[in-house]
Amino acid sequence: MEAGGAARKVVFRAEGLTKIYRMGEIEVSALAGIDLQLFEGEFVVMLGPSGSGKSTLLNILGGLDRPSGGRIHYCERELTEFDDAALTRYRREHVGFVFQFYNLIPSLTARENVALVTEIASHPMAPEDALALVGLEDRLHHFPAQLSGGEQQRVAIARAVAKRPAVLLCDEPTGALDVGTGIRVLEALARTNEELGTTVVIITHNAVIGGMADRVLHLSDGRIQRDERNARRVAAAELRW
Amino acid sequence: MRALDRKLLRDLWHMRGQLTAIALVILCGVATYVMFIAIHQSLRATQDDYYRQYRFADVFVTLKRAPETLRERIAALPGVAAVETRVVAGVTIDIDGFPDPVTGTVVSLPDEGAPALNALFLRQGRMVDPYASDEIVVGAAFAEAHGLAPGDTLRMVINGRRTVLTIVGLALSPEFIYEIRPGSIFPDYQRYGVMWMGREAFGRALDMDGAFNSVMLRLAPGAGERELIDRIDRLLEPYGGQGAYGREDQRSHRFLTEELAGLETMSRIFPAIFLGVAMFLLNVVVNRLIGTQRIQVATLKAFGYGDAAVTWHYLKLVFVIVLLGAAGGLALGAWFARFMADIYQGFFHFPYLTFTMSPRLGVEAVAASLAAATLGTVAALRKVARLQPAAALQPEPPPRYRRSAVERFGIMGRLSQPSRMILRHLSRHPVKSAITVLGIAAAASITMSARFQGATVDHMMNVQFQLAQREDIAVTFVEPTSLRARHELAALDGVRAVEVQRSVPVRIRAGHRSHRTAIVGLEPGGEIQRVLDAELRPITPPEEGILLTDYLGTILGVGPGDMVLVEVLEGARPERELVVAGLVREYAGLSGYMERNALNRFMREGPAISGAWLAVDDSAGLPRIYRKLKDSPRIAGVTLRKEGMRGYEQMMQESMLFYTFVASLFSIIIAFGVVYNSARIALTERSRELASLRVLGFTRGEISYILLGELAVLTLLALPLGAAAGWLLCWAIARGLQSELYRVPLILNADAYAFAAATILVAAAASGFILRRRLDRLDLIAVLKTRD
Repeated sequence: MEAGGAARKVVFRAEGLTKIYRMGEIEVSALAGIDLQLFEGEFVVMLGPSGSGKSTLLNILGGLDRPSGGRIHYCERELTEFDDAALTRYRREHVGFVFQFYNLIPSLTARENVALVTEIASHPMAPEDALALVGLEDRLHHFPAQLSGGEQQRVAIARAVAKRPAVLLCDEPTGALDVGTGIRVLEALARTNEELGTTVVIITHNAVIGGMADRVLHLSDGRIQRDERNARRVAAAELRW
Repeated sequence: MRALDRKLLRDLWHMRGQLTAIALVILCGVATYVMFIAIHQSLRATQDDYYRQYRFADVFVTLKRAPETLRERIAALPGVAAVETRVVAGVTIDIDGFPDPVTGTVVSLPDEGAPALNALFLRQGRMVDPYASDEIVVGAAFAEAHGLAPGDTLRMVINGRRTVLTIVGLALSPEFIYEIRPGSIFPDYQRYGVMWMGREAFGRALDMDGAFNSVMLRLAPGAGERELIDRIDRLLEPYGGQGAYGREDQRSHRFLTEELAGLETMSRIFPAIFLGVAMFLLNVVVNRLIGTQRIQVATLKAFGYGDAAVTWHYLKLVFVIVLLGAAGGLALGAWFARFMADIYQGFFHFPYLTFTMSPRLGVEAVAASLAAATLGTVAALRKVARLQPAAALQPEPPPRYRRSAVERFGIMGRLSQPSRMILRHLSRHPVKSAITVLGIAAAASITMSARFQGATVDHMMNVQFQLAQREDIAVTFVEPTSLRARHELAALDGVRAVEVQRSVPVRIRAGHRSHRTAIVGLEPGGEIQRVLDAELRPITPPEEGILLTDYLGTILGVGPGDMVLVEVLEGARPERELVVAGLVREYAGLSGYMERNALNRFMREGPAISGAWLAVDDSAGLPRIYRKLKDSPRIAGVTLRKEGMRGYEQMMQESMLFYTFVASLFSIIIAFGVVYNSARIALTERSRELASLRVLGFTRGEISYILLGELAVLTLLALPLGAAAGWLLCWAIARGLQSELYRVPLILNADAYAFAAATILVAAAASGFILRRRLDRLDLIAVLKTRD
């Protein structure tokens, strides 16, 4: 599945993105000028050490944060001009998030956690289907406390994809998991990407995961240092770390 | 400063909103405690001091007439330390420009030297000169009500003779701290006054030269009051003695005692509620704080801080809040107590008020608050002590939830996920939810108590004047009079109806219990003066037996059908057993009622009467009617009770205004403290969840629904409970305040409930508003990046 360049639709286009945090009296430059295009259906892994700016970039892509400078477009619309309400709508309709610490609602079952999102989205899939996609069709009525860490993370993925988002943003999705469980989670993400054509962006400092991506972006000091395209995507099951 | 103490200060600052709310509740508790106890102790100390300095007597007797020579025999009775004989009589007074009838009691003063007992405190002017026949000292309250001062003259009718006297001084007496007309319950300083004249002059005016009709005694140390009363009664019986009584039956003393007891009750009820609520608040807040600081606790322990040191660290935090609240409470309580002392000066006439606030009271209040706080937080602190550092440093598993009980009934199918979150969260923490509901209910109950008294006084006045005492004018005769007087009164121009009554001082006994009061003989089928049953329906006095005020029945432990022994304290002093025919609902005073003819038969007398009640055609004619009455030598007093009651009601309402203000203010503090703290904790506990939802695309309004919805459910659950708790609290107050003088009925109208509900809803809305603003500022990224 070689990227066809001009033939593929651009989902995100960032130009000269900067982000400066003011922490007390010092200014920290989290992003120091990012230019980037992400394409429809692409599986992207961003690699970088702590403080490289990858989380900041992900938050800005997801409409959780705003850049200090530069512009960012989502499908021809300029995100940087969205107000709070528009950003909320954007997250509701177009973006799925997966976090390191799952962030499931403990008082809702797996199915209900997914339904939480499908109830407010425009064209959702059935919660059961989303859970089947991550292999949890037989855990529908379990509460988070009754699920393993890997299962909880897969519920989080099902919750993120159930609205049929254009893009799935994952922040260290395997960070809290052991290898075997982590691989099952990555398989679920790869399946979402292949079956639904969702653009997937994973940030991690685990370089091994880069093997399963179409593209690997290396960040450090708030800049993209390298933009590599993999000749061949390795199946998640073959990864080891 | 040690690092741990620095952490303490920062934690305090960080949680300042919540902790301030708790400190304020403690402040209310301590303030009410200090206020009630300080005013109680001050009144008590003043009373003791005043009694001692002004030699308040121990035993009192009224009699018809005895020669002064009897004094030596009284003094010689075993157990008597001091004797004072005197002449006391009722007078009618004329005040220029004041049309209503005014009566007074004149008490004689020895012409030489100060009285051995019941000395006067001279507020202004001087005492009556020895043997002066035209001088009088007037009670300060009466003088103040009419703007009288030394040098003014006073016209009065003594023993049917008109006299003009010059006021030489204004005074107070320990005998009349609560100054009311005999037979009345409420003070009326405009229409009744106490005054003092020289013994010689007053005795001559009353044809009581060399005689007396009132005796006061001081008990010798160790002497028994009961025995002395028996001896003096035997001695004075031939002289028309009406039965000696001790301080406990002395009106002014009795009123003051009852009031002090009421204060004591209040000092128990209110602080207990406030401290209970503070306990609850500290429990939830400290529990939550320790929950969020689990890792910090574990880290401190891992670094080598001992269990005790870490526990003490959190207990110190609790103590700082308590001490701040208690300090404020002490100051505010002392200030309120001073304010209340002024109000009490309007009811009770002390020459001075020794305001005391013992350091012990402060220590007690602080100790009680600290104890309550420790009790409230002991469970949370035990958790700190027991926390194993290794376990605590591991991430906590997600909390366990189940389907709520409501869902098992299958009605959840249609609920949205956010609504499910609300219900499951509530049912997962049933204890916490329940105590939040209880806390809000407690706030509602205090609010209701603030509204309760106003409605109650209205009700009491209404029953008193619309249903029971419906006369325009009450007339009392100097002595029991023939029934002919009735026709004379009825013949007066403008009088629409007349009812007559016979009233007799008695002691009623049932077993070992007894009470001194009066039996009033009523006309059957009376329309002016009526007695009411528990449902406020008029009862006809029976031909046989006696009706008792319901509370008198309680005191004597008797009900309808039981027998009581009635000992008459005047005339031939007959004694007989009577059956209790029924109980009468009365909110003030304690009396017995009989049919008038039956009472006359009991007294073995003809159809004698002691007074009458008149209804007039037109109240404009009142002054003319009573001017005529006043000129009649047989009439001892004419009273317009309604007028006096209005004045009293106004005084009550004014003093209650302060109470209502304080109670409302405090209840708002409690309501806000409880609701805000519950909501604030819910926010801390759930900010992670709510941030997740925001990230998933929920709007601020949608996540607010989850948090505020929970608050709304708890508040709505609390309202009916609060109504019930409020009813209970008002019942307890009414019960605590019931005394022989008055019983406060439990009247809670819709207004009280509505006011309580509105207060709670406003507090909830204000908390909701603050919370909503915090939700708007929820830092999505920071929350999600951290492990819970």
